[in-house]
Amino acid sequence: MSAHTLLAEAGCHIKQDCGFPAPGLHSFDFKPIFSIGSFDFTKPMLLAILCMLLVVGFFWAAFNKPKLVPGKLQLVGEIGYTFVARSIAREVIGKKGDKYVPFLTSIFFFVWFMNIMSIIPFAQFPATSRFAFPVALAALVFITYMYLTFKTHGFRKGVKNLVWISGLPKPLVPLIVLLEFIQNVITRPFTLAVRLWANMFAGHMLIVMFSVASWYLLTPTWLTAVSAGSFGLAIFMTAFELLIQFLQAYIFTLLASIYIQGALEEGH
Amino acid sequence: MMTFLAEEGAQNPLIPDTAELVVGLLCFFIVFGLLGRKLLPNIQKTLAERHDAIEGGLERAEKAQAEANRTLEEYKAQLAGARHEAARITEQAREQGAQIIAEMREEGQRQRDAIVAAGHAQIEADRRQVTVTLRQEVGRIATDLAGKLVGESLEDSARQSRTIDRFLDSLDDASTAEAAR
Repeated sequence: MSAHTLLAEAGCHIKQDCGFPAPGLHSFDFKPIFSIGSFDFTKPMLLAILCMLLVVGFFWAAFNKPKLVPGKLQLVGEIGYTFVARSIAREVIGKKGDKYVPFLTSIFFFVWFMNIMSIIPFAQFPATSRFAFPVALAALVFITYMYLTFKTHGFRKGVKNLVWISGLPKPLVPLIVLLEFIQNVITRPFTLAVRLWANMFAGHMLIVMFSVASWYLLTPTWLTAVSAGSFGLAIFMTAFELLIQFLQAYIFTLLASIYIQGALEEGH
Repeated sequence: MMTFLAEEGAQNPLIPDTAELVVGLLCFFIVFGLLGRKLLPNIQKTLAERHDAIEGGLERAEKAQAEANRTLEEYKAQLAGARHEAARITEQAREQGAQIIAEMREEGQRQRDAIVAAGHAQIEADRRQVTVTLRQEVGRIATDLAGKLVGESLEDSARQSRTIDRFLDSLDDASTAEAAR
């Protein structure tokens, strides 16, 4: 392996004359914590498992023995649950959406927790900035989308539901059919995964960038001001990321429900 | 500090790592399994129960209110019916009373008339009897008196009765003439 750790680079300082350790793609590749054969257990996996435990643990504590008059934890859980059930499932899909609330709730909280890991001390890495995690979830959403489309409409009407828009002028039909197919079957799952991944990737990159820079530039010269600015930006970005993390989890879930709604609806 | 694995030719970030894919899917399935099978149905049930406890209480109260209103209406209707019935009965009683009074008055009148008529008849009969008796008595007294005066007995009954009748008729005529005058 021609890899060298960033440990030295991250600690690099302008005085050491080792060059600015700009974060890049390598910031998202981790040395395995342990390896079993060719299987490398890495930090993002650990974070994913941690998030799984946190989501399950939280909802277990909140909802295992629910009371009619809720305690604090149950109340918080209920707010989360009703947020997904009302603002997403009911709003987008309607009454039929009640069936998909557990799926959407799982997606929302799993994604959100993985995103939040970006700014949790010691974790400081959003698992969703590793493309595999968004892909896994987007694939599940896509499979659900396809399954519901064909289950609701049967094969022929299902295909029609995916590619057809009624009331078009004849010459446009082939073009629109092609575009609709590309949009619904190729672009949708791809963008669903990429949107989440790219947001978390970029956010993490920015935070790392400003954090590294604020250390790199910390010298008893005028550069201290730049360092302080950089540090301020790192903090600002951290706060901003908190918003983005929630927003991306929300958007991911919202789009999932929109696809489900599209699959259930009677042609268009 | 974080430990990174920095590769010289960093790999394409858009190629998902298979191991991570598997871990991600497994984690999600565990989350989905527990939430979907147990925890969310739990809370769904609780929320429904709470909804029932709150809204249901209101609904029940509304129902009770409606029931009370309906009972009140029924009661009022019954009361009005009873009043109406009472008024009808009173009216009927009044009518019947009036009828009875009228009947009784009529009956009284009839009885009075009957009594008066019977009295008149009695009086008439008495008068007639008295008249007959008186006529005989007056005739006999007159005859006796005349006999005593004349000194002879007017035994010839035919003549006697003729004389008496003539006398009495003249009396009658006299009284009639007096009455006419």
